[in-house]
Amino acid sequence: MLKINGLTVSHGAIRALDNVSFSVEKGGLTAVIGSNGAGKTTLMRTLSGLKSADSGSATWNDHNLLHGKPEHHVRQGVSHVSEGKSVVAQLSVEENLDLGALWRRNPAEAKKSKAEVFELFPRLHERREQQADTLSGGERQMLAISRAYMARPQLLLLDEPSLGLAPLVIEQIFQSIRHIVDSMGVTVVLVEQNAMGALRIADFGVVLNLGTIAAWGRASDLIADPAVRTAYLGF
Amino acid sequence: MSQFLDMFLIGISAASIYALMAISMVLVWRSTRVVNFAQAGMALLSAYIGYELVSRTGNFWISLPLAMILGAAFSAFIEFFLMRTLLKHSNQGPIAAIAPIIATLGLLGVIRAVIGFIWGHGDVQLEAPLSKVGYKFGDTTLFIGPMGLFVICFVVALLLVVTIVFQKTNIGLALRASAYAPEIAQLSGIRVSGIRTLGWAIAGAAGAAAGILQTVNGTGGLTPESLEFSLLLVFGFIAAVIGGLESLPGAVLGAVILGLVLAFVQIYISGTLVFIVAFILLLAVLILRPQGFLGSKAGRRA
Amino acid sequence: MLKKHPLITFIFFGVVLYLISNRLDELLVYQGATVGIFVIAIASLILLTGYSGQVSLGHGALMAIGAYAAALLRIHYNAPVWLTFVVAVLAAAVGGALLGLAAARLSGPYLAGTTLALAIGLPSIANQFSIFGGEQGLSFDIGFPPASLGEDFTQYKWYFWISWSAALIAMYWLRHVLNSRYGRSWRAVRSNDVAAELAGIHVGRNKVLAFTISAGLAGLAGALLGMTISLVSPGVYPLLLSFSLATGAVLAGVTTLGGVMIGAVILVAIPEIALAIANRYGGSETIITNLPGLLVSGLLILTVLLSPNGPVEQMHARHAKRAKSGKASHSPVELTLRVGSKTWSTKK
Repeated sequence: MLKINGLTVSHGAIRALDNVSFSVEKGGLTAVIGSNGAGKTTLMRTLSGLKSADSGSATWNDHNLLHGKPEHHVRQGVSHVSEGKSVVAQLSVEENLDLGALWRRNPAEAKKSKAEVFELFPRLHERREQQADTLSGGERQMLAISRAYMARPQLLLLDEPSLGLAPLVIEQIFQSIRHIVDSMGVTVVLVEQNAMGALRIADFGVVLNLGTIAAWGRASDLIADPAVRTAYLGF
Repeated sequence: MSQFLDMFLIGISAASIYALMAISMVLVWRSTRVVNFAQAGMALLSAYIGYELVSRTGNFWISLPLAMILGAAFSAFIEFFLMRTLLKHSNQGPIAAIAPIIATLGLLGVIRAVIGFIWGHGDVQLEAPLSKVGYKFGDTTLFIGPMGLFVICFVVALLLVVTIVFQKTNIGLALRASAYAPEIAQLSGIRVSGIRTLGWAIAGAAGAAAGILQTVNGTGGLTPESLEFSLLLVFGFIAAVIGGLESLPGAVLGAVILGLVLAFVQIYISGTLVFIVAFILLLAVLILRPQGFLGSKAGRRA
Repeated sequence: MLKKHPLITFIFFGVVLYLISNRLDELLVYQGATVGIFVIAIASLILLTGYSGQVSLGHGALMAIGAYAAALLRIHYNAPVWLTFVVAVLAAAVGGALLGLAAARLSGPYLAGTTLALAIGLPSIANQFSIFGGEQGLSFDIGFPPASLGEDFTQYKWYFWISWSAALIAMYWLRHVLNSRYGRSWRAVRSNDVAAELAGIHVGRNKVLAFTISAGLAGLAGALLGMTISLVSPGVYPLLLSFSLATGAVLAGVTTLGGVMIGAVILVAIPEIALAIANRYGGSETIITNLPGLLVSGLLILTVLLSPNGPVEQMHARHAKRAKSGKASHSPVELTLRVGSKTWSTKK
């Protein structure tokens, strides 16, 4: 279970997250939505160890997420796909996948994860020899998610996977994320600008506004809430 | 014809040493975004250590790999204690851009002074383990003999090992990923700071090999203020810049181009012009093709 | 006083120096002359690094260019002394402009490497052409002080006068330049060259100009240095000189001209300190030859690690901090940002 309590994070004089508290049950898909500058990306970067917090706490099971470097959290089952196609452009598709599992000591298990990834995204299998920067935007996002999946995460933090993609591709990526949650037992926190799309596939939703939580609950309840609808869903 | 062959051989044997030097500068640049101007000083220190090892063990063939290991350890030590502190502290203000450069210069000065303290300023001789008399074919004597041939073969073997390590092993994958995209490497569970130290260590080993081979293949004499080593730094830097400062094959290509051009100048024009030509080549590359010949486009300027 | 009446301050400073020079013994007068020379050289480097954001590890080479030009002019045409210094400035400035044309396109490590290459290579070039006198170099004799200064006016005092006149004039002029339109443009380029470009500053031209002026000053310092030892040779302008200048600039603090004296005095003092230490430990030859290099380099590393922006800047920072903590409302800029119901403020 992911527990966040009183989390406060600043960029210099600007407070990006102010006393944010919420929790995520194991095995679900939680969408974090909100407008530009609401603190969504800051939240992700803090949870994965890229950014340090001022105060508060964040734990995954018994593991303290506010202490230690990102590579440490990965080893504890928390993987983060950062904003903007987080793949190494100069490496091939297969190398990117191997990179994700590099720290795992058991090559047989890593191989199994790779087979699962190729089953989920057959396109990556076709292009496994190609350099990552020759892929399309959607394929890169698939690769980024797959790279994180190769670390066999229990908690997967996805930052705007739909950014800059065509609606059809977004739909496909969202379905894959749902699949990762349902069939592979991974807990996912999904940060999205595309609020409606994200809430539709999510179990729970968190609405951030200027660094504080504006609403929090079941995704279906949020979609039904008139205040959330007008402010964030645009109708 | 024999003059042309000589030019080729001189060029290639010089290039093999420039290549090692360039590779060590590229490795350091890739891992910490610092051009290590102390690289030649570290190579010089390794050559002195090589001399010390040879005089203790009496065996060059054991001393060479030993000195390379010590060079790697020293380089890792510098990264761990000096560079990490530096990059943590001096990351603000106008000094931030020049602090690492200044620090490597300071390191160069310290190394030279320490060499002076330990070995003095007199000429120290590191004898070549093989004959330097050129091979004879009929009535022509080639420029290189067994020693020169060994240098070329050793460097080629070393380059092969480096290529295999970088392209085929897990460590190599971690090294490449950390160089291209440190944040993504971190998010993939790679201990990037450790990988940086490793990059410096490999650079130290390559630099140590460059220092020792340069010495035994040349006059064998060593002094703390060695102009030869200062020039080695410049030529290694130029080779790395020709290749784009980012790419290992680029560094080797740059070294070969530089070696052949300088050999051509030396044989067909005048030995006094070697440095001037190298400097003009550097300026020309920086102005006409700042990303180098095998480098990526971004990041040369600003 | 410096802010309101710079000219008077500089003249006052000159008079003080003149009075001091009459009381010191010969050796100190000679070292004082060297301090004046380093003031010019370090100022030229600070101008380049601190004000225009460029790096040069090759200022020793630019000093050599100025010095060789002056010496050649003196030897072959027996030119008057003041003219040789003017030519030294011009020759180095031309060299600097050429280098600056390339440098304006480069940044950080590339520029550092290129200038370092120059510092390493230039002496070896001088060695190979007979006109430069090879390893022995050229003699550079400015002659005796004018008889009108009196019988007991020594040669060293004459050097001291010339060096410090040059240093005071150079610093006065430099201060003027830095407060002018150009100085402001350089600072703008340094802090953000894209923004400067968008604000209509011609970044490339400004960088070349900074390099040219800096090189000219370095050439002047080079000729003066040749003067004090009556010799211009590769050995007078070794790589260590370029490093020492970098050390001096970092010690002085690259962001301000205020610390040049600190840097210059330390550079002149280091060999003396080394000698004193060596004598204490039996005057060993090894210590005398190696300790100065170790001190210069060690100091360089320590300064970069402990006080990267120099002691003067650090004092300013501490001062500002104290003023701030004393009274909260004295904070220079208070920023309050209000969006919707939320407020961010720099005010605590």
